[in-house]
Amino acid sequence: MITRLLSGDRPGSPILAIVLLAIFLCLAFAPFLFPGTRSLETAARICIFIVLVASYDLLLGYTGIVSFAHTMFFGIGAYGVAIAISAWGPSFTSILVGGAAGVALTMVLALLIGLFSLRVRAIFFAMVTLAVASAFAVLVSQMSWLTGGEDGLNYAIPGVFKPATKLMDGRLFGVRLDGKLLLYYFVFVSSLVLFLVMLRMVNSPFGRVLQAVRENAFRAEAIGYRVVVYRTAATVLSASMAALAGVLIAVWLRYTGPATTLSFEIMIDILLMVVIGGMGTMYGAVIGATLFILAQTYLQNLMGAASDATSAIPLLPDLLDPGRWLLWLGVLFILSVYFFPTGIVGRLRGRAA
Amino acid sequence: MSGTAIRPKFERPSLSEIARERAPLALVPVLALAGFVSIGSFPTWVTLTVAGLAMGMMIFIMASGLTLVFGLMDVINFGHGAFVTVGAFVGFTVLGLLAGWTSDPSVLINLAAVFLAILAAMGITGLLGYAFERVIVMPVYGSHLKQILVTMGGLIVAQQLIHVIWGPDAIHISRPETLQGSYIVGTALVEKYRLLAVVIGLVLFAAMTYILNRTKIGLLVRAGVENGEMVEALGYRIGRLFLGVFMAGSALAGLGGVMWGLYQQTITAHMGSEIMVLVFIVVIIGGLGSVGGCFIGAMLVGLLSNYAAFLFPKLALVSTIALMMIVLMWRPQGLYPVVKAK
Repeated sequence: MITRLLSGDRPGSPILAIVLLAIFLCLAFAPFLFPGTRSLETAARICIFIVLVASYDLLLGYTGIVSFAHTMFFGIGAYGVAIAISAWGPSFTSILVGGAAGVALTMVLALLIGLFSLRVRAIFFAMVTLAVASAFAVLVSQMSWLTGGEDGLNYAIPGVFKPATKLMDGRLFGVRLDGKLLLYYFVFVSSLVLFLVMLRMVNSPFGRVLQAVRENAFRAEAIGYRVVVYRTAATVLSASMAALAGVLIAVWLRYTGPATTLSFEIMIDILLMVVIGGMGTMYGAVIGATLFILAQTYLQNLMGAASDATSAIPLLPDLLDPGRWLLWLGVLFILSVYFFPTGIVGRLRGRAA
Repeated sequence: MSGTAIRPKFERPSLSEIARERAPLALVPVLALAGFVSIGSFPTWVTLTVAGLAMGMMIFIMASGLTLVFGLMDVINFGHGAFVTVGAFVGFTVLGLLAGWTSDPSVLINLAAVFLAILAAMGITGLLGYAFERVIVMPVYGSHLKQILVTMGGLIVAQQLIHVIWGPDAIHISRPETLQGSYIVGTALVEKYRLLAVVIGLVLFAAMTYILNRTKIGLLVRAGVENGEMVEALGYRIGRLFLGVFMAGSALAGLGGVMWGLYQQTITAHMGSEIMVLVFIVVIIGGLGSVGGCFIGAMLVGLLSNYAAFLFPKLALVSTIALMMIVLMWRPQGLYPVVKAK
């Protein structure tokens, strides 16, 4: 049953299995295990980013294509919902219609970019996506009549999801059963389903072809698989998954703006999560996203303390400043591409094998 | 020897082949003409065209190194923007130290200050290019995926280090005294600095064309672009050649950074990655590895951005992407594809 749910892709290492199970349980019972707004925010963020990072891994890890437009697709999904709710009011219909429109636009855009740049050489793709994504971000911040510009859009969500809504009287293990809880479980279950769908995808014959393309495009073509078609299909699939993750974050945050969806910083975060967790395995996305977001939320405080503690020494406080944590991540990123190209998951699996 | 010595037979290219080869050259005047028709006013058009050419020259300076590095060693450097930023910061620091020179009313002393700033920036970015090639790029030859990731990591680290060294705020500096203001040509306004940028760009393009086409080094570089293994087999160390080209490309990026900084009069740690978007568009339009194509692409992008910024202020960047798409539809490898003899 579990094997079937995981599409036959077992973790393959006892340590990995335990860690994954722990992450799953913590996320599943997050509202009860870690009460408090901040930890619930973190848990929801982890859920959404697992989907986002896994969808990026579909492209980077499984197909071997580097895209810098993933946040653009993420943003289109989020803005679809945000604009629909702003226009038609907070209802499930607007979420559905807005999300569907976002996913449709994403698929068309991904198809176009893929056809233009993957036709000749895959390396074009990285550059073209970088250019298109930044043009898109500029465009969104300029079309303020539709997108709210740099300020973004604030909106209400359907009443059931509001914190003020009481689902039942009384408490369960000391936690109020309100709309916020329901919303968290909406995000959690959706993320879980999306993740399992992607796991299914990469373990299907289609996923195997993608890996073949990654390993040797020329040979895959010789065997009779149209490489362009598979690369473009992977692009479109991964982009629509990212758009769905965008829908989730739009509903969860009740706010959509360039900083939460489109910014290049998020793109770099996603890259780091994939590489640190492990390219070419869906479980890498889980580990990478969880570790990264926990570090982002809690490690920066630690760095601030270290910076204060070393304030007597020159230069060191500047290097340890919480704002500079990307510096250390960048170094870690380069080192892990050199020495652990398979990431944490690859290491654990390698040890078990 | 008899008169029947074997002579190599050169086939003369047919007219249509020449037309195909030269067609991209016509794009720049065509675009300028289209700009004139849609703008309508001659003085405005002259101002915008000079601005576009100046911008194009600066982008060309930054992009040429990137495209050569790719052509020669099949290495794509996403961290190229870091050199632009570092060049700009070093140049501005030097100009700040030479405040007395830049406020002098003499043209020569002003130019000397700019020249020193450029020299310092190119020196530092050249050295940085050496370190970057040895430490970051060398271990990942042959794998595009890793190159993109690792050079992107290098860009992040470089940007953060700039934050640490120069602080997080944008730096403003005004141009040297005599480079401010504009000339009035007929009824058109032409900024002095833009003319200087065009001149520097043209001189550099001429120098590069000369070096690539008339010197031994240039011959080796071009041969390396065509077929690196063969050059190596003939006894030249292509690794060293590549390192030289990488350093030169980084130094050019530094030069472009100083010029761009003086153009905008404001620099931030993110400027490099913002300009890289335009640089990539130019490199793709020109054809990866082609210097001539890169020049035409840079002019096209420079002109189009300025025309578009005047006609439809919000669509400047989008218009250049549309241009890239159109060029790719016409020539899927860019204007001048570099054919590898592999």
